[in-house]
Amino acid sequence: MSTAIAPPPAEDRTRRKRLQNAVIRFCGDSGDGMQVTGSQFTNTAALFGNDLSTFPDFPAEIRAPQGTLPGVSGFQVNFSSTEVFTPGDSVDVLIAMNPAALKTNIGDLKTGGILIVNSDSFTDVDFKKAKITSNPLEDGSLSGYRVFPVDLLKLTKAATKDTGLDAKSVDRSKNFFALGMCYWLFGRSMDGTLRWIDSKFKGQVAEANKLTLKAGYAYCDATEAYQTAAYEVAPAKLPAGTYRNLSGNNALAMGLVAASERCGLPLFLGSYPITPASDILHELSMYKSFGVVSFQAEDEIAAVTSAIGAAYGGCLATTTTSGPGMALKMEAIGLAIAVELPLVVVDIQRGGPSTGLPTKTEQADLFQAIFGRNSEAPLPVLAPATPGDCFWVALEASRIALKYMTPVIILSDGYLANGAEPWRVPSVDELPAFPTKFRTDPEGFKPFMRDPATLARPWAVPGTPGLEHRIGGIEKQDVTGNINYEPANHDKMVRLRAAKVAGVVQDVPDVVPAGDPEGDVVIVGWGSTYGSITSALAPLRAKGHKVGHIHLRHLNPLPKNLGEVMKRYKKVLVPEINLGQLAFILRSIYLVDAISYAKVEGKPFKQSEIETKVLEVIK
Amino acid sequence: MNASVPLTRKDFQTDQEVRWCPGCGDYAILAAVQSVFPELGVPREKFAVISGIGCSSRFPYYMNTFGFHTIHGRAPAVATGLKLARPELEVWVATGDGDSLSIGGNHTIHMLRRNVGLKVLLFNNKIYGLTKGQYSPTSEIGKKAKSTPFGSVDRPFSPLALALGAGATFIARSVDVFQPHLKSTLKRVASHKGTAFTEILQNCNIFNDGAWDAIAEKDVRDDHVLFLEHGKPLVFGKAKDKGIRQNGFDIEVVTLGQGASEADLLVHNEQHPSLAYAFMLASMDSRPGFPTPVGVLRAVDMPAYEDLVNSQVQQVVGAKGKGDLGKLLRGPETWEIK
Ligand SMILES: Cc1ncc(C[n+]2csc(CCOP(=O)(O)OP(=O)(O)O)c2C)c(N)n1
Ligand code: SF4
Ligand SMILES: [Mg+2]
Repeated sequence: MSTAIAPPPAEDRTRRKRLQNAVIRFCGDSGDGMQVTGSQFTNTAALFGNDLSTFPDFPAEIRAPQGTLPGVSGFQVNFSSTEVFTPGDSVDVLIAMNPAALKTNIGDLKTGGILIVNSDSFTDVDFKKAKITSNPLEDGSLSGYRVFPVDLLKLTKAATKDTGLDAKSVDRSKNFFALGMCYWLFGRSMDGTLRWIDSKFKGQVAEANKLTLKAGYAYCDATEAYQTAAYEVAPAKLPAGTYRNLSGNNALAMGLVAASERCGLPLFLGSYPITPASDILHELSMYKSFGVVSFQAEDEIAAVTSAIGAAYGGCLATTTTSGPGMALKMEAIGLAIAVELPLVVVDIQRGGPSTGLPTKTEQADLFQAIFGRNSEAPLPVLAPATPGDCFWVALEASRIALKYMTPVIILSDGYLANGAEPWRVPSVDELPAFPTKFRTDPEGFKPFMRDPATLARPWAVPGTPGLEHRIGGIEKQDVTGNINYEPANHDKMVRLRAAKVAGVVQDVPDVVPAGDPEGDVVIVGWGSTYGSITSALAPLRAKGHKVGHIHLRHLNPLPKNLGEVMKRYKKVLVPEINLGQLAFILRSIYLVDAISYAKVEGKPFKQSEIETKVLEVIK
Repeated sequence: MNASVPLTRKDFQTDQEVRWCPGCGDYAILAAVQSVFPELGVPREKFAVISGIGCSSRFPYYMNTFGFHTIHGRAPAVATGLKLARPELEVWVATGDGDSLSIGGNHTIHMLRRNVGLKVLLFNNKIYGLTKGQYSPTSEIGKKAKSTPFGSVDRPFSPLALALGAGATFIARSVDVFQPHLKSTLKRVASHKGTAFTEILQNCNIFNDGAWDAIAEKDVRDDHVLFLEHGKPLVFGKAKDKGIRQNGFDIEVVTLGQGASEADLLVHNEQHPSLAYAFMLASMDSRPGFPTPVGVLRAVDMPAYEDLVNSQVQQVVGAKGKGDLGKLLRGPETWEIK
C-alpha cells in the first residue's frame, strides 16, 4: 500500500465507465464533517456542469455521543448528465465512517454498489456503540456489495506526519481523504476544494487538509483495486445560462432581498432562531449592505409583532420560523389580517407535533397555515417546489402581500431548506418589479377605504402629514376604521376580508398539468414532493398509463380551473408528507374523491414509492 | 398641518367617543398627554402611539396622532419594529400593569435591556380593568378580587425595580391626579433617548377604587410621597420635616431637627453611579414607614438601540458599498452552460 503523496496526475489516464447519473452518500458521526464533505462534492459536481439534487440528513443533537446510532449524520447527492429532480431513491456509492453509519445506511445501497468503509473504526468498541454483535466486514453480511475497507485514520496520519499537527486535528482531517478518493472515483478536479480549504482554514490545518485530500486521490490512483471503480458522469445539458448551486434557505433569503429591491422598500426581518429556519436569519443578517434590518427578537411573538410594527412603518416586513414558532405567531398574524398590513411569514416545516423531529422534513403545517387562527382569518398561502423555487416564491409572496395589504404565508420545509440544486441565475432585469406607493394625499382619506380592483386598503405610514389615524384589532367600521360592534358591520367586514383574499385568485395562473392532460390519474402535489412526483411521471407514462401531474404553488386561494382539470382524470392521487391535509381540502372544496397517499417519516417520498402507489390506484 | 402654527391641546383630541368609565384615572392621563404633546415642538404626524390590550390600551384611539391598538402584551415589540424602521418618529407606548408585566413581561424586559427609544406609559391600577377585576401582577398580597375571593397569595412586582433590573436607563413615577407633576414628568420622558419607562399610578374607580388613596389624596399625600428633584435632598412631609438618611448599607427615615439636619440627608442623583441607590428608591414604597418616591428616579445616557442598529447598517454600507443585487444573485461561484 502506497502512502507517498504525489500530486494528482495532470491528465486522467484511467479508463472510466460512463454513467448517466450517480448517487453518492457520505455518512459518519456528527463530528466527522460529513456535511462539509458532501457540500464540497456537490459544489465540485455543480461546477463541473452536472445537474444535481442533494439531501443533507443530520441528527437534532449537535454532538450525540460519538460513534452511536443517534449521532449518525449523512449527506446524499445525486449528480447527473441529465435533469434530476430528487436526491435518488438508492445509493451507488456509500462512504461509511463507522459501524453506526454503516448500520443505519447500508439498506439504501444498491446491490453491487460501492461501499467504502473506514476500517480503522471497525473495532469491538465501535461495534458496541453501534449495538452490533459481529464485524460486518467479516461476517459475510456485506457480500452483495463491492466493499473497499480503507484505514482512513492511519493513511491521514501518514499524509500529515510532516505538518506537526496534533492527533485530534489529524483525526478531523480524515474526511478529506474520503473526499479525495471520491474525486478520483469520478474523475473530478480537486481545485475547487483546495481553494475552499485555503479560504476556510489557516496554517497547519489548511496544509494538513490539502495534503489529506490529495493523498486520498493519489491512494485510489495507485491502488489496483480501484481501477474497476472509476466512473464518469458527463455534464448535463441544462438550458443555457449562468448557474450557481443554491439551497432553499439561501434562495428564500435572497428572494426577500430581491423583493425589497424590486418594490423599493427596506427589508425588515423579525426572527427567533429555530431549526430548520435559522439559516434565513443568519443569511439576512449578512445583507446589511442592502439596508436589511435583521432583528433577533426575544421570542417568536416579538419576532412577528416587530415585523408588524415595521410594516406599519412602511417596510417590506418578514418573519421566519418553523412549525412551533408558527403556533406562537398566530394571534399576531390575526392582527395583521385585521389591520390589513403586508407581511411575509415564512414557515420552514419540520416534523411535529411539539418539538417532533427538528431536523427532518414534513408538510403537516398546511392546516395550521390555512386555518390556524381564531375566527375567520384567511390569508394567501404559497409553497415552493424546489430549493431554487424558494427564491421565486419569496418574490411572489412579497408582491401579493404588498398589492393586497395582507399577510402571506410561505410553506417551505426542511428538505427544501437544506437541499441544493443548480440554479440558473436570473439577471436583475428579469425580476418582476412592483414599485409600492404609500398614500400621501389627505384629501378624502379614510383608513379602510378600498381599491375596488384588489379590495386593498391604503397604506398610510406614520410621518405622513394629514393622515393621522388609528388602527387596531378591534372590529372596525367599513371605510372609516372607527371602532364598531354592530352585527351587520361585522358580517360585512368578515366577508370583505375573505373576499379580498379570495380575489388574489386573479393573480394565480391556471394549472396546466405536466404529462397527460387527461386520463387515468392526476397526481396533485404541493411543496417539496415536486421532485419525486416529477421523476415518477415519465416511467409511468412510458408504461402506457395516462398520468398527469399538478403541482400547486398557490394553496390559498387555489387556481380557478383546478376543480375542472381534476375532473378530466379518473382518479386523483394526493401524495403528502402528512396525513392527507391537501386531500382533505380538495375533497371539501371540489367534492372530488381525492385519494390521500400519506407518509410521515421525516423524509421525502421516493420516486419508486410514487410509482408503486399510482399503479396501485390505477388497477 | 401648517408647521408654523403652534399646535394646541385640541389638535391632539379625536372625535372618538371615549369609552372609559366616568371617573376613571385614565381621563386625567389623557388630558396631561394631550396638553404636553403640543409643547414638544414635534409635528403631529411624527407621533405614533402604540398600545396593547386593556382599558389603558384604548389610549391611542383618543389621541389624534398615528395610533395602533395591537394585541395583549405585545405593544413594546410592535413599537420596537416601528422605531427600528422609522427612528425619526416619536413612538409612545400606552400599557397597563397586566399588559406590560404579565402577558407582555418578556417584551417589556427586552425593550428595556435593548434601550429602544420608546416612551412607555404604564397605567398601574393594580388590577385587570378591562376583564372586569381580576388581581394583577402589581396587586398587593391578600388582594381580594374576582379570581382571588380568599385573597391573592402571590407577591407583586415593583414595576420600576423590575425595569431597573432589566437595565432601564430612565425610570419615573407620577400619579394620575398630580397634573402639574405628571406633565413635567412627561416632558422629561419626551426628551429621554432610549426607553423612558414611566409608572403612572392610576385609579380604577370601578374595580379597585382608592388603591392609591394614601398617595393621591390631598390631605395625606405629603406625608406619603417623596417628590424627587435632581440635586435636592430627600425631604418629605407636610411640614417638610422628614428626610431619608443613609444608615450603613441601609436607609432610614429621620425627622429634621430631632438629631438630624438637611445636610445629613441623601441628595437625589438621577445619574447615581451606584444602581443600588436607584433600587433603593424604586423599592422604597414597599417598606412600611417609607414614602413613595415620584418624579424621575433615574436617567442616564446610553446609546439607543435603533441608533446602534441603523449605524451598523450604515457602517457596513460604508465599508462594502451599497449592495449589488446582481452580485448577490451570482453568489460565490458560478458556471456557464452554453
Ligand atoms: C391573548 C389575550 N389574553 C387575554 C385577553 C383578555 N384581557 C384583555 S385586557 C386584560 C388585562 C388588562 O389589564 P391591564 O393590562 O392591567 O389593563 P387595564 O384594563 O387595567 O388598564 C386581559 C386579561 C386578551 N385580550 N388577549
Ligand atoms: S374599568 Fe377601571 S380602568 Fe377600566 S375604564 Fe373603568 S375605571 Fe377605568
Ligand atoms: Mg390594570
